[in-house]
Amino acid sequence: MFGKLTLDALPLYSAIAAGGAAITVGGALLVMIVITWLRSWKYLWTEWFTSVDHKRIGVMYIVLALIMLLRGFVDAGMMRAQQAIALNSDGYLPPEHFDQIFSSHGTIMIFFVAMPFLTGLVNIAVPLQIGTRDVAFPFLNSLSLWFSVSGAALVMVSLVIGKFSTAGWTGYPPFSGIEYNAGVGVDYWIWALLISGVGTTLTGINFIVTIVKRRAPGMTLMRMTPFTWTALCTAILMAFAFPALTVACGLLALDRLLGMHFFTNAQGGNMMNYINLFWIWGHPEVYILILPAFGVFSEVVATFSRKRLFGYESLVYATAAIAILSFTVWLHHFFTMGSSANVNAFFGVTTMIIAVPTGVKVFNWLLTMYRGRITFHPSMLWTVGFVVTFVIGGMTGVLLAMPPADFLMHNTTFLVAHFHNMIIPGVLFGYFAGYMYWFPKAFGFKLNEAWGKAAFWFWITGFYLAFMPLYALGLMGMPRRMEHYNDPAWQPWLIAASVGAALILVGIICLVVQLAVSIRDRRAALDLTGDPWDGRTLEWATSSPPPAYNFAVLPEINDREPLLDMKQRGVVFKKPSGYQDIELPRNTAVGVVMGGLSFVLGFAMVWHIWWLAAVCGLAMWIALVVRASDDEAEYVLPASEVARLEEARYQAMATGGS
Amino acid sequence: MSVSVPAASGPHEVEASDVHEQRALGFWLYLMGDAVIFALLFMTYAIMVGNTAAGPTGKALFNLNNTISETALLLISSTTFGFASIASREGDRRSVLGWLLITFILGAGFVTLEIREFTGLIARGAGPDRSGFLSAFFTLVGTHGTHVSVGLIWILILGGQVIAKGLTVSVASRLYRLGLFWHFLDIAWVGIFSVVYLPGLL
Repeated sequence: MFGKLTLDALPLYSAIAAGGAAITVGGALLVMIVITWLRSWKYLWTEWFTSVDHKRIGVMYIVLALIMLLRGFVDAGMMRAQQAIALNSDGYLPPEHFDQIFSSHGTIMIFFVAMPFLTGLVNIAVPLQIGTRDVAFPFLNSLSLWFSVSGAALVMVSLVIGKFSTAGWTGYPPFSGIEYNAGVGVDYWIWALLISGVGTTLTGINFIVTIVKRRAPGMTLMRMTPFTWTALCTAILMAFAFPALTVACGLLALDRLLGMHFFTNAQGGNMMNYINLFWIWGHPEVYILILPAFGVFSEVVATFSRKRLFGYESLVYATAAIAILSFTVWLHHFFTMGSSANVNAFFGVTTMIIAVPTGVKVFNWLLTMYRGRITFHPSMLWTVGFVVTFVIGGMTGVLLAMPPADFLMHNTTFLVAHFHNMIIPGVLFGYFAGYMYWFPKAFGFKLNEAWGKAAFWFWITGFYLAFMPLYALGLMGMPRRMEHYNDPAWQPWLIAASVGAALILVGIICLVVQLAVSIRDRRAALDLTGDPWDGRTLEWATSSPPPAYNFAVLPEINDREPLLDMKQRGVVFKKPSGYQDIELPRNTAVGVVMGGLSFVLGFAMVWHIWWLAAVCGLAMWIALVVRASDDEAEYVLPASEVARLEEARYQAMATGGS
Repeated sequence: MSVSVPAASGPHEVEASDVHEQRALGFWLYLMGDAVIFALLFMTYAIMVGNTAAGPTGKALFNLNNTISETALLLISSTTFGFASIASREGDRRSVLGWLLITFILGAGFVTLEIREFTGLIARGAGPDRSGFLSAFFTLVGTHGTHVSVGLIWILILGGQVIAKGLTVSVASRLYRLGLFWHFLDIAWVGIFSVVYLPGLL
């Protein structure tokens, strides 16, 4: 009836695991109680969960990312604390638990922090920047969101029921195979990735079509914002790289469920094939993460330097070059696997080549700032901090691109330091810059700048203190993922790293305080014009938050910086002569229901509850067919209603909101 | 270098035909992603074809007659679907239904032959858990077969829509996308025939 699921699945094997489970369950209950107390379930359901509005979906993605960031950070803090004290001792975490923590840390940070964060930013900004009323497939957009939530929920549930994978975020076989990992941990990992991966693939397709087909009249490709360009390249990578992850995880699942021999030790398995499949997805994934961050930096640096972006076209070509080259470098993740010298050399060279377009971009940003009138808004601080720190990570990356050097550093903390050096100051700083930049667009008021700046300084000093020691430790020969060690020379560096993690914690607290303070003081920071930063691009031409239809009248574009151009000609924020009926997608519960079913399906597959999996799978197909056969997924907002909403905006602008 | 704020004449509103064009592009992109999945499964098969773990090889297992029958059924079904598409363009509802029915029967025949082949292999002890080679074989061919089965259900659903709603613009555009899917599976089968069965038998 319940497959492998018994009461033994509760995490009573260690006090720390039980505590983590209690905090997870308690936190979820607390949120539900607060929502019930505020009587907000109906509001959340009708206005948010069933919404197909790209702006609201974007906000929900970012909420998911920020919640999972807290969880991922707790994992990081626990690892740092363990390594700081585990010299010639067991520390406070048993190996089995430590292994779960580094596996869930990587899985969460990549799939359930970075991916939803970037997808959220793309959702909020891109349709506004290209001047359209919605994405091409609003329902699929909702479905993608809820598949991501479902995957994240599976990882969270593994804290409470059963255990998570101990095979690292990459899940290499044969260790992740059934022979060495018979528990449910790897299955949780597989199903979380498969389900959220389908969502990401759909997001990729959705945004390719949106950007290719739905741009406002006059918005030629070379007039798109740099962020839209990076979003397009990222969407292409999502659509064509994620199938490789699906294959890798799917075949691993077949090995585990049906006793097949794709990656086993015996019976003709070939585990090296898994590692190839995984990184055929994995390396493009790196650029899926970083390209939108590059896009944010390009927007922010132009706005807050009060200058046109330097070398726009070179930046666009560099972005496209990176997207293509990202498919040609995957083998550098496993130079030590034993390919011939010539194969390794080929991938070493392509890896070095990909640094060139990235270098081009650094000059784009630097020369935009040169002789600009710079405002040190927090978004700009994240950008400047990024440029300096990212270059360091880029250089260590080129170092690792040389196979002979990589042989020495492979699987040491030098590598850990390198990719965190790319992902924290590169990816995460970019998303924070975007969060603070577009927050007023999404909510209609600005975030507190002082707390934003404090968050930046704690994050960047914390980053240096946490990860520079790992470079040194890597050169001293410390392998990654060590639960305890006996070399006293390592300990001072590891203590320094844990102090860095504490500083990052203060940075996270600053972000939370910033949000709370900003909500409290929102009336003093309202954005009535929709253009809080004296912006240059189209998203600032509409109100904040924008109405469901984004633009009452779709604008006609004749310049790369349409809003600046409007301002220069003095036609900005002018009332149009009249309005038209607007067709908009209807909200639908099918997305959230299918997301919920996919969660139960994943859970049932993890615990081998076959009947439940079959029921959920069938219900999902029926829901999909019903939705796909619906010919009335739109409604019409009458022109009079548009006029009323627009009138309210112009009133507020004229009277200062009082 | 200007942005005009046009009067609300609305010549730029997204037209209904654009919606179907966007769906077609989206579907092409989905098929390209699916093609990546097939490409990686083909690659995996090519790597593992020799990993028989002292078990049976393709030469001992594959049956040329069965494969030729499967190929014939699927290729002819692609042609008959083509006739359904032409009838859909001409708005001929009855012949759309007729051709869809024939396509369905041919596709169902294909799936039946494949299931028979699979159960036969498993009964002979050559199931997917026997060796790496057989894991790769069953997964590649089975993935294709699953696609065909989904296509069969899809034919039934769209047949029902043609009966209930007629050949509306929406239904016709769904038929168009189903056609892309069906022909795509044909191409994938040609790959399977050439990479799996032909070298296995030669």
